[in-house]
Amino acid sequence: MNDITKMLLGQITDFKPDFKGAYNIREDGGCAGRQSSENIKIENKTDKPGIDIRIAAGTVGETVYIPACVTHGDVNDLVYNDFFVGKDADVVIVAGCGVHTSDGHDARHNGIHRFFLEEGSRVKYLEKHIGTGMGSGGRSIDPVTEVFLGKNSVLEMDTEQIGGVDRSVRNTSAVCEEGARLLVRERLLTAKDQFAETNFKVELNGLDSAADIVSRAVARDTSKQVYTSDIVGNAPCSGHSECDAIIADKASVNAAPRLIANHGDAALIHEAAIGKIAGEQILKLRTLGMTEEEAEAKIIEGFLS
Amino acid sequence: MIKLENISWSTPEGNRVLDGVNLTIPDGKLVVITGPNGGGKTTLAKIIAGIVTPDSGKIYLDGEDITDLDVTERARRGVSFAFQQPVRFKGVTVRQLLQWSAGDRKLSDAQLCDILGNVGLCASEYLGREVSSALSGGEIKRIEIASVIARGTKLSIFDEPEAGIDLWSFANLIKAFRRIHEELGGTLIIISHQERILRIADEIVLLSDGKLGASGPANEMMERVLSSGSAAYACRKQEVAFNE
Repeated sequence: MNDITKMLLGQITDFKPDFKGAYNIREDGGCAGRQSSENIKIENKTDKPGIDIRIAAGTVGETVYIPACVTHGDVNDLVYNDFFVGKDADVVIVAGCGVHTSDGHDARHNGIHRFFLEEGSRVKYLEKHIGTGMGSGGRSIDPVTEVFLGKNSVLEMDTEQIGGVDRSVRNTSAVCEEGARLLVRERLLTAKDQFAETNFKVELNGLDSAADIVSRAVARDTSKQVYTSDIVGNAPCSGHSECDAIIADKASVNAAPRLIANHGDAALIHEAAIGKIAGEQILKLRTLGMTEEEAEAKIIEGFLS
Repeated sequence: MIKLENISWSTPEGNRVLDGVNLTIPDGKLVVITGPNGGGKTTLAKIIAGIVTPDSGKIYLDGEDITDLDVTERARRGVSFAFQQPVRFKGVTVRQLLQWSAGDRKLSDAQLCDILGNVGLCASEYLGREVSSALSGGEIKRIEIASVIARGTKLSIFDEPEAGIDLWSFANLIKAFRRIHEELGGTLIIISHQERILRIADEIVLLSDGKLGASGPANEMMERVLSSGSAAYACRKQEVAFNE
């Protein structure tokens, strides 16, 4: 792998070259390193770019790294990764993407990830996105995540995009069977003239299925953000969607959480709050010895932590 | 030592709130400023912290004229302030807020536990919690007080610390103020009507209609402060009624 990939990996994951478990490092549309483990097998797809990651039933405590890096302009990477998680497995999947361009040309990564969780399995899915480099070339990341949660399975998704990505459109959809749970924590920071759109659609089809989606976002300068979430309750289930945004300067945030209950015992809640940093918050931190700028940075750091 | 010289302040509408207040507080004293509601107590406290700028007068901290210094600079010189109505921070944990309060000093969990224990909170339950609407009014108030304890500055100002705190916690708060005063040795200024806080004061300052009514040792001032019709007297009646 090249030095830019190494730099990006250091920012989006805690991956170490001597890692003994399963991993696949994608670099500019190619493979810069791969390893399977006894319980986690990684193989190329035969019909399109991408890989299948098969996690054996009962695998517990393993981590698999699937990061992708774009290291120069004129790359428009499209990849399809499918994760098959066996019954009662309990694993961590670290994905994430770094896009770098300094040559004036656009760089883009579009990862389409599908997750198939069998009964009783649990996945913690960590995904961090960044853009780096100089010049006028645009940095885009457009992830698509499709989740199929089997009976009593759990996917905990932690996603973060806090700098350098000029444009991103994230589409996440999930279908939950009986007792399945989807937990999403999203953190998003846009500045300058960046644009970020996040769309969630969750169908709660099974008895006692649940979804909890919490998005925290900061929009600065002239950046724009759009947030939508649809939680559809088709059974006795519970769903919660929360979008909190701090807005500054001339930025704009459009938040539209939506609930659709198709069953009388579907308990669905949504919250959305958009506002600037309160003057009282700045003042409190100034009484702790911070300048106004330091206070603002701390408030944003805490909000997105 | 904090010294106020001829401090006056009026609202933008022209209502005089403070009128030529002169006050000197020596190092290491626990001073309670009391008086009727609307008498200017909170405004005076905020002027000392730099949150409100006086129309006229001078403020000296250890001989340095700090009148023109802003909140940040005063905080860096050792002035801290606990707000009567604390603000909430979504996403910020109690641990983060206390660590920010301590500045460059890295606080261990044991130290954080000790600080929270001072205000009647169990650290293991609270350190990871958000300083947000997930906490009750009483909890957020105690964390506000804890943030000032964590700073450990030479001058700590508490604006009506008893407001919003239940009686059990209030009793612990009294102990906390005693402990801060006796062990940490800083100067404490407490704005309060509460008799039990008045009783732990070294000195009591009575502020009424924006003027310094009287000041002196607590034992000499108590009778006057608790006279019928005073705010402290009203508080005492409320507390007696509650206990009955």
